[in-house]
Amino acid sequence: MSALLDVCDLQTHFFTRDGVAKAVDKVSFSLEKGQILGLVGESGSGKSVTGFSILGLVDPPGRVAGGQVIFDGTDLIAGGEPVMRSLRGKRIAMIFQDPMMTLNPVLRIDTQMVETVRAHENVSKAEALRRCREALVQVGISSPDERLKSYPHQFSGGMRQRVAIAIALLHKPDLIIADEPTTALDVTIQAQILSEVQKLCAQSGTALIWITHDLAVVSGLADRLAVMYAGRIIEDGPTAAIIANPRHPYTRGLIDSVPQGKRHGAMLTQIKGMTPSLLNLPQGCKFAPRCPRADAACQVEPALTPAGPDRQVRCHHPHADHEATP
Amino acid sequence: MIVYLVRRVGQSLLAVMAMAVLVFLGVFFIGNPVDVLVSPEASQAQIAATVERLGLDRPLYEQFGIFVWNALQGDLGTSFVYGRPALEIILDRLPATMELALVALALSVGIGIPLGVWAGLRPDSIAGRTIMGGSILGFSLPNFWQGMLLILVFAVLLGWLPAGGRGETTEFLGMQVSFLTWDGLSHLILPAINLALFKMSLIIRLARANTREVCMQDYVKFARAKGLSPRRVVLVHVLKNIMIPVVTIIGLELGSMVAFAIVTETVFAWPGMGKLLIDSINLLDRPVIVAYLMLTVLIIVGINLLVDVIYSLLDPRIRLSEMKG
Ligand SMILES: Nc1ncnc2c1ncn2[C@@H]1O[C@H](COP(=O)(O)OP(=O)(O)O)[C@@H](O)[C@H]1O
Ligand SMILES: [Mg+2]
Repeated sequence: MSALLDVCDLQTHFFTRDGVAKAVDKVSFSLEKGQILGLVGESGSGKSVTGFSILGLVDPPGRVAGGQVIFDGTDLIAGGEPVMRSLRGKRIAMIFQDPMMTLNPVLRIDTQMVETVRAHENVSKAEALRRCREALVQVGISSPDERLKSYPHQFSGGMRQRVAIAIALLHKPDLIIADEPTTALDVTIQAQILSEVQKLCAQSGTALIWITHDLAVVSGLADRLAVMYAGRIIEDGPTAAIIANPRHPYTRGLIDSVPQGKRHGAMLTQIKGMTPSLLNLPQGCKFAPRCPRADAACQVEPALTPAGPDRQVRCHHPHADHEATP
Repeated sequence: MIVYLVRRVGQSLLAVMAMAVLVFLGVFFIGNPVDVLVSPEASQAQIAATVERLGLDRPLYEQFGIFVWNALQGDLGTSFVYGRPALEIILDRLPATMELALVALALSVGIGIPLGVWAGLRPDSIAGRTIMGGSILGFSLPNFWQGMLLILVFAVLLGWLPAGGRGETTEFLGMQVSFLTWDGLSHLILPAINLALFKMSLIIRLARANTREVCMQDYVKFARAKGLSPRRVVLVHVLKNIMIPVVTIIGLELGSMVAFAIVTETVFAWPGMGKLLIDSINLLDRPVIVAYLMLTVLIIVGINLLVDVIYSLLDPRIRLSEMKG
């Protein structure tokens, strides 16, 4: 069986006044039907731009400069806007980070939901409304009729994100790209939304790309992880294997900076240094300046190489299997 | 909503009252109309009689009191020159000015918003840059000069359109209007364009700036991510958001259009209130000047009130907070 989504050498560049920022630099990954991929990395590593590139939503000065996005056998990049638009919201839906900003403040919820239904299916308004009500109930919103007649500002952040999720679910898509959908919410609401999305995706067999800077959030959710740094994937593989045994020093740094039950009392460590500017990247390994293991070999950019069953890592000096955390 | 309305009406009344004082004082100090009204050979007694007939011998506060009392009854004085009620003279001219202002407004909105949105969607395209360049011209060239240029090109050089006057008028809703006959319309086009150019430039710039800002918002990207057509994204999601500031400006500008019409009416000999005002100032016809200013204030304040109501209908967030407040 071929993959649902196959991203291959995707490149998205921003042509700014100060130079070209390679926000996504030859990123490849694939996703089976119903699978959940966690796309992890510090902010500015290119996660959102990867998501937008898949849907063709990169705004100037950005542009997809190369690669393929093959969705269910069709190359979306080659197909261009008409192909993308027929899939957006229909077979691939997206949920954004800030629920306060994703709903149009001057349009009622029913307008914003019904238009989504009718953008892809020629149904009556009544039928569209019925589907909207159903979707709202699905995401745990009670009295949907009343809610439909409200404006976004009458809702809390968590409620708005539920509405956004309901909109994403309207067409029962094959893939949902969720760009840090819980980051802006309270911790308790985060957990609720996380488990609900997981449940809904499992029920309908929807594949999910969950973008986050917080490893703790995806570790219990995703089947696979892809870790991004400065526009590149530096490690990917099954979630359990990576969490138990991170190979890349950066991944290890991310894991060590997450509070965990089993290492209770241990010091939380932080990755030293800051995310580099994409306009001013080091010659070789992009992580080398911040890496405790860097040496002369790291002046040359490492390639993504196999590292165990179904795993890859981009590092000259990866941690060995079952090497203890220092 | 009701509380909000009552408060806004109260504010408007205060503004009108303050203007009444200013107008009255201002006009009081611009000169003695008697010097112009009576012939140079008039005797001292004739002058005194005129002064008394016009009530100019009373103290300032008394004249003001009489003015307010009469104004409340719709009497803004009798023209020194025409011997008819000043308000009546102005109201005769009002339809011509309102027609000119409304047509100019329709032009500036109907052309300004599409051009501004277009330029905002494609700020770096040749069309976008051209539109912006043009709006800078419309913005910075003096109004009267633009008017004379229009006359020079379309009336004198090309001879397509008449240079001045109002042309044939017909009755429409009890008012004389020009736009229903071809002759009237041909007289209306140039002054309306002249009056519209400045506002059009303003609306273009405003619409462009707001379109650019709204387009960067997440909700526009989300709308696209839902698979909506670009048409719907622009016409519903973007336009509805930029209409809020644009409607405000349109309202404020309709008032100032009535005021700006003075220049246009003078250049194009358009028989409206503005031209009447200039004539009356030359003749020091105080009641007409006062009546013009008071009527203009009423129009502007009334329009502002209307805009606030429309504004609150457009923006649900204001509706809610004002209803609570
Ligand atoms: N509009 C833009 N103009 C210029 N550069 C941009 C723009 N949007 C994103 N970038 C570049 O892309 C990089 C990755 O951004 P993003 O994908 O949003 O990061 P994140 O991983 O936090 O989601 C940024 O660090 C920035 O250099
Ligand atoms: Mg992001």
